[in-house]
Amino acid sequence: MVQKLDYLKESASQTAGPYVHIGLAPGDAGFDIYRAELGRDITGPNAKGTRITVTGMVTDGTGAPVKDVLIEVWQANSEGIYPGTGEVEDGFRGWGRVTPDFETGVFTFETVKPGPVAAHSGAIAAPHLNLWLVSRGVNVGLNTRMYFGDEVDANAADPVLNMVEQAHRRTTLIASADGTTYRFDIRLQGDGETVFFDV
Amino acid sequence: MNPQELYQRDREWHPPAYAKGYKTSVGRSPRYALLSLEGSDSELTGPTFDHNDIDPIDHDLIRNYAKSGDPIGERIIVHGRVLDENGRAVPHTLVEIWQANAGGRYRHKKDTYLAPIDPNFGGCGRTLTNENGYYVFRTVKPGAYPWRNWVNNWRPAHIHVSVFGTAFAQRLITQMYFEGDPLIAKCPIVNTIPDQRAIDQLVAALDLNATIPLDSIAYKFDIVLRGRRSTFFENRPEGN
Repeated sequence: MVQKLDYLKESASQTAGPYVHIGLAPGDAGFDIYRAELGRDITGPNAKGTRITVTGMVTDGTGAPVKDVLIEVWQANSEGIYPGTGEVEDGFRGWGRVTPDFETGVFTFETVKPGPVAAHSGAIAAPHLNLWLVSRGVNVGLNTRMYFGDEVDANAADPVLNMVEQAHRRTTLIASADGTTYRFDIRLQGDGETVFFDV
Repeated sequence: MNPQELYQRDREWHPPAYAKGYKTSVGRSPRYALLSLEGSDSELTGPTFDHNDIDPIDHDLIRNYAKSGDPIGERIIVHGRVLDENGRAVPHTLVEIWQANAGGRYRHKKDTYLAPIDPNFGGCGRTLTNENGYYVFRTVKPGAYPWRNWVNNWRPAHIHVSVFGTAFAQRLITQMYFEGDPLIAKCPIVNTIPDQRAIDQLVAALDLNATIPLDSIAYKFDIVLRGRRSTFFENRPEGN
């Protein structure tokens, strides 16, 4: 026998279920309860940088839209600073919640384009949004990233994109740009399955 | 300086993405392996919340949607601590819950179960842990309800719980079950978890010491988030 390691175990994840909106976005469930719902505004009013719109769809292995998904976004500001690591604009939270339209499955949100941020081991990461997806049928929340299609050089040097062994799968992490609107679809399974991370 | 890294998430302890007994997971589970990343600011930082974001009544589900009186059901206190794997309290972190009413019906436009909506029950609450990582909610005990998986599946009474911690990579959603519920062992969603000890950790204990006599019964539910590594010695950067 040896001494006991006194670590606790992380609580096991369970699916957020189909009614995740009740807890995290009650307006989407169809009722109004809080003074203000959290995550409805990623940037606040004072954020500098380029205002952008991101739109897309999450699809399952059959290609059908996942209409009950909830996505959380975590990002740096336009100067590449995450709240808590340096000074950011007053009211800039860098975090938000996104839900698609229940009928179409299309989600849309507005934010500012983040700047490049520090990667692991001192390298520079291309601008990206960190995304966390939960829904019915998803047992542990899925982490992925959205990079920007108009950052060709920065993306080519990004250490995380370059870690994806099959180069063609890197495109699953890069949104296509049309001016300041970006299209980003997420495929949970099947052809073009999005790269998800164990972070 | 980068924030401290987290302990590796034990993927054998969590449910797998693909769990055939829980049918919806079949088409919604990635087939390729997750790509493992070392932590950077993108994962090791996260949003923070304070008392300007929420109201004191938000953690009282008996009152936070009451229109004409109290909701129907068994009055309960749910309390506990948010800890990390090092056993340290996680202070000032946001805890959000949601649940069905006492009849097993959710206040959601997509829920069509025949049990009635309770006009005085919204079914959600939120609070911040205090400086010792402690939180408390007051609510009514949710009812069991049927769901389509096999034709005859019933969810055990449960409360959904969402917790933040201090890093985006600590983000966790789970469910709290109630001691003694015979439906726990029969639930395909519970049984996505491979290790019985991990299931037991999600079952809140009846806590008579925390009851309010002649008023509310209590359950204790501690939540554990991933721990941060101590950096007594710096990692040697790769390639040097």
